[in-house]
Amino acid sequence: MIEIIDLKKNFGPKHILRGVNLKIEEGKTLAVIGGSGTGKSTLIKCIIRLLEPDGGKILFNGQDITHIKSQIALAKLRRSFGYLFQEGALFDSLSVGENVVFGLKYLTDTPKSEYAKIAKEKLALVGLKDIEHLRPSELSGGMKKRVSLARVLATEPKVILYDEPTSGLDPIMSQIINELIIDLKNKLGVSSIVITHDMKSAFEISDTMAMLYEGKVQLCAPTPEFKKSQNPYVKQFVEGLSKGPIQMQIRN
Amino acid sequence: MFKELGRLLIRFFTQLGQASSMVYSCVFWLFKSPLEFSQTMQQTTKIGVESLVVATLTSLFTGMVLALQAGTTMRNILSEPLYIGTLVGFSLVRELGPVLTAFVVAGRAGAAVTAEIGTMQVTEQIDALHTLGTDPIRYLVIPRLIAFMIAIPVLTLCANFSGMFGGFLVSVNSLGVASNVYISDITTFIGVDDLMHGFIKSCFFAFMIGVVCCYKGLWTRGGAEGVGKSTTQAVVSSMVLILVLDYFLTAILNSIGL
Ligand SMILES: Nc1ncnc2c1ncn2[C@@H]1O[C@H](COP(=O)(O)OP(=O)(O)OP(=O)(O)O)[C@@H](O)[C@H]1O
Ligand SMILES: [Mg+2]
Repeated sequence: MIEIIDLKKNFGPKHILRGVNLKIEEGKTLAVIGGSGTGKSTLIKCIIRLLEPDGGKILFNGQDITHIKSQIALAKLRRSFGYLFQEGALFDSLSVGENVVFGLKYLTDTPKSEYAKIAKEKLALVGLKDIEHLRPSELSGGMKKRVSLARVLATEPKVILYDEPTSGLDPIMSQIINELIIDLKNKLGVSSIVITHDMKSAFEISDTMAMLYEGKVQLCAPTPEFKKSQNPYVKQFVEGLSKGPIQMQIRN
Repeated sequence: MFKELGRLLIRFFTQLGQASSMVYSCVFWLFKSPLEFSQTMQQTTKIGVESLVVATLTSLFTGMVLALQAGTTMRNILSEPLYIGTLVGFSLVRELGPVLTAFVVAGRAGAAVTAEIGTMQVTEQIDALHTLGTDPIRYLVIPRLIAFMIAIPVLTLCANFSGMFGGFLVSVNSLGVASNVYISDITTFIGVDDLMHGFIKSCFFAFMIGVVCCYKGLWTRGGAEGVGKSTTQAVVSSMVLILVLDYFLTAILNSIGL
């Protein structure tokens, strides 16, 4: 469904992605792990062209999407995707309810009369109730994240890119979100890429896992194999050891 | 020194290019997609209401001081305050009304627009617009551009009236001009062409403020500090450009007889 071939992305002199190769099958979930600042968010932003890749190809249903130039074709491409922003990115000039149904007007033909019902329904999915009239500035961090997820779900995309869906949530709520992601896959056949720092959740929701390190994919394997991998980088990261081949720089 | 100048020129032309491409996108989307009507109305009222009091107050006192200065000068030279209404009216309708209103709106609503769009940029809300099937040009820029182009000419009209009223107050109360003389000084000498002159100017100012403020907002980088920077830049650039544009517009409009 999505195939990423030798993807490169620089920010000025910083080479963030240095040739990433990944494949996501239809109806499957890929979990991407990797240290802070290794370019996980950058990777999925390239997929929906919020960032321009500097090299390589991204095939979506066989078509290379890195060369789409026209605004209209880009908008059409983005219709297939849902994107959960790491920081939520809720519109703070709109109420929570308006935020959740925002995409319906542009992406679907849903009649306006259904909006209120859909907002309620999607908020309920992420465990929120009766907050439609609030402003995003009145919510807690975890609530913002979940409202943002409800906004993604409202348009029922075929592919969802989650940037740390459970960061900042309590363990119970995290589990509810994990189950929601699995449900979406099983019931609606949603394909997804999930970026996460939460190993337990990664193991639970994903079919395949990949680890990003120094701009490349260190290992990409089916989850059961990935778990047992003897690759020293993966092992150190999964087990969260401070000693190993990955040297984190800490400034004093 | 030359290096500095070169860098400045390069930056100027890059920004000009980016801003023009934004205007091009605006025209493109204006024909390709329905207008965000409710957004446009909301922005128009917001910009109008935000700036109304300041704009009318500014020109009220400008009208008053014009009358006072003109009156005392006339009295010194001609020993009588003549043609105060004409002087005040001309200055306001052709020059000060449009320019001062544009200044006030740039400082008030323009800064707000840049800060809002800039904040949306640094908190990824602009990216979110893309992922939800719309576009910052369609959803944010076009409504604001239209709002400026409606609000500024209307505000200019209000400012003109309040300025002339200010001149009236001073002329009648402290210069001893008869009220019907002041009014007929205005109505006999100021015609439709003068009103057009001011109106055309204010439309151009409105377009320019809209473009500069939206552009600076969209190209904000670097967090809260970046928002502050681009807001200041938007206001300063708008103000300088208003004066530059004012000169050239006056020259062109005069040469075609307006
Ligand atoms: N707009 C930008 N301009 C310059 N550098 C950037 C930009 N966006 C990201 N970077 C850099 O790219 C690197 C990767 O950033 P990215 O946000 O993809 O990291 P990440 O893997 O998502 O990290 P985290 O797990 O902390 O979210 C970082 O070193 C960051 O400094
Ligand atoms: Mg990230």
